[in-house]
Amino acid sequence: MTEMPTNLRGAPLTKAIMAEIRRITTQPWNIMEICGGQTHAIMQYGLDQLLPAEITLIHGPGCPVCVTSLQAIEQGLQIASQPDVIFTTFGDMLRVPGNQADLFTARSQGADVRVVYSPLDSLKIAHTNPDKQVVFFAIGFETTAPTIASTILSAKKAGITNFSILPANVLVPPAMHAILSNPANRVQGFLAAGHVCAVMGYHEYLPIAEQYQIPIVVTGFEPVDLATGILMTIQQLEAGQHQVANAYPRFVTKEGNQVAQKMISEVFEPVDRQWRGIGAIPLSGLGLRPEYASFNALTRFELTQTPLNESPLCIAGKVLSGVAKPFDCLAFAGECTPAHPLGAPMVSSEGACAAYYRYHRTRE
Amino acid sequence: MTQSELPIIDGPNCPLPITNRGQIVLGHGSGGQMTHDLVRDVFQLRLANAILDTANDAAIVTSAPPGKRLVVSTDAHIVSPLFFAGGDIGRLAVCGTVNDVAMLGADPRFLTATFILEEGFAIHELERIVDSFAQACREAGVELIAADTKVTEKGKSDKLFISTTGFGWADSKLQIGGEQAKPGDAVIISGPVGNHGIAVAEARGNLGFSSQVCSDTAPLNHMVKVLLDAGLDVHVLRDPTRGGLATTLVEIARQSQVNIELDEETIPVDQPVRKTCELLGLDPLYLANEGKMILILPADQAEEALRSMHSTRYGEEAKVIGQVLGSSRGQVWLKTPFGTTRVLEMLAGEMLPRIC
Repeated sequence: MTEMPTNLRGAPLTKAIMAEIRRITTQPWNIMEICGGQTHAIMQYGLDQLLPAEITLIHGPGCPVCVTSLQAIEQGLQIASQPDVIFTTFGDMLRVPGNQADLFTARSQGADVRVVYSPLDSLKIAHTNPDKQVVFFAIGFETTAPTIASTILSAKKAGITNFSILPANVLVPPAMHAILSNPANRVQGFLAAGHVCAVMGYHEYLPIAEQYQIPIVVTGFEPVDLATGILMTIQQLEAGQHQVANAYPRFVTKEGNQVAQKMISEVFEPVDRQWRGIGAIPLSGLGLRPEYASFNALTRFELTQTPLNESPLCIAGKVLSGVAKPFDCLAFAGECTPAHPLGAPMVSSEGACAAYYRYHRTRE
Repeated sequence: MTQSELPIIDGPNCPLPITNRGQIVLGHGSGGQMTHDLVRDVFQLRLANAILDTANDAAIVTSAPPGKRLVVSTDAHIVSPLFFAGGDIGRLAVCGTVNDVAMLGADPRFLTATFILEEGFAIHELERIVDSFAQACREAGVELIAADTKVTEKGKSDKLFISTTGFGWADSKLQIGGEQAKPGDAVIISGPVGNHGIAVAEARGNLGFSSQVCSDTAPLNHMVKVLLDAGLDVHVLRDPTRGGLATTLVEIARQSQVNIELDEETIPVDQPVRKTCELLGLDPLYLANEGKMILILPADQAEEALRSMHSTRYGEEAKVIGQVLGSSRGQVWLKTPFGTTRVLEMLAGEMLPRIC
């Protein structure tokens, strides 16, 4: 396990950076942290309480569980419920509500649904259960894509035919385009997700910063990282600049991890994809290239189309695109809680609503 | 056929039944000879005492002495896998029930237990677990006074389930319970939190690396006795098992209708637990413990309580982690090192690792 520099969580340094933010801020600014992991960390440490009143943090759509489309969830439920299928997924997906059921419900009704920490574990399960079809629910951003790609490459090389994926990966830059071209957009600066940039680098953000005249700062996840990212964004906003800057250089380079990128582009290609609560975003997903189409669970199983019914109370789309805060939702903490979520942002620990529920309910 | 071709018979050669099997078979649950042999060779051998040795269908125990009341608790233990770093289901089944009895200020004396065995379960593993069960009984100072075994068909249970019931005596004047926390009380934890949750996750193969963390499974009754013998005015004792420290404190805050404020920097978490949590996106405040207790008592007695706890085997790292504030509907607040505050909630459903 790598040793984390101990001073990054340091309260004194974080407080000093926050003081500098207060010193230089002269007017209101809206900054979006794209990544749900950052939303979680901001809430966990209460960093938003340390910012001057002028600064509003808007929570972005970077929660892989939250944005996975209802259609994909329904497809997953259908596949999981078939006989002789072992359906494998990252843990948080089990509680995401579909039309009526979630994967926990499917499991209680006899489906073999297993939580894995890596798609490579799914491949191992496929290897040891040759009489079963093993399906991995491929969700996540650019961060989970390299491991999924490498799993498929391994499966192909080993000739494993009882393994497939339900492809649902999404990409960050197209979502930023969608947010910035929305007429209701309020975002004036972005904290780009450090983990995503560790894989992809940050060269793809240069044209976005230029086109929309907006500063983008690559930011990490520890309190000092987050405070630094916010400070560097406000410095640019106050100076009227719109650069891509890197506040996470200990993990991120402009080019990123090129081995990982090569694996992604070997196996996947950009496809249009539905984002839950937001809608279809062009070329915002990763689909399997024709050479790897045999690993697509959607072609391997017969699925029926089901009508898609979202809860009418849930305003997840507005929350995910930064137009509304979780508190603006009438169902928040009433009908909708982590134990009984109406929408995906209340499910995942990376979801904005769950983070607000856990960390941001005020003292009574 | 000539004389020399005849088979040489040097003894009876009809097949004898196999009596010494390496694994549990349905016959072990028949109530007949196999059951008796299993009880004698596996259980009585390890757990003998005067009451159990009478081999009757029920146990006779002396009633609570004058000035004492009977305290009873029961618990079913299902853990997969059966063995994990720092413990096993046998130790867990004793400590879990002993601790529940002790948390009302009682001195645990007797246990009863039911062992539900799955056909095919290896007897040498059962022996290891009963050894560990017996060792934990000796450590806690409790006697197993009645027990039962049942065998299910393969697939109808999972290797071994153990249900235990504990009996203890508590001073009739004691008023210890989750509803007794009062404004001005100090909140103490007996040691670092989260170890059991990480150890079991690792034993399940869920970590993908070695965390070097051992479960804290331990009997806490001796520590409780030291506190009560010191004459301290104990208000609440509770072991933060499933749901962890945060969930247990929310339960107490709601039961007592008070707010509790914790100081995050003072909550002890072992370094390997902290690192594992960071890596997987888990929160140590929500991880299970099996050998820790929360003590709530008047703040002016906190120092003496710490001294008493520090003198015991499982309380060496006890610390004050917070205080009970005024009456309310019952919230738990966590002061972060950044001077900010957040509200702690109960754990919702299973704790799951983050994705990226």
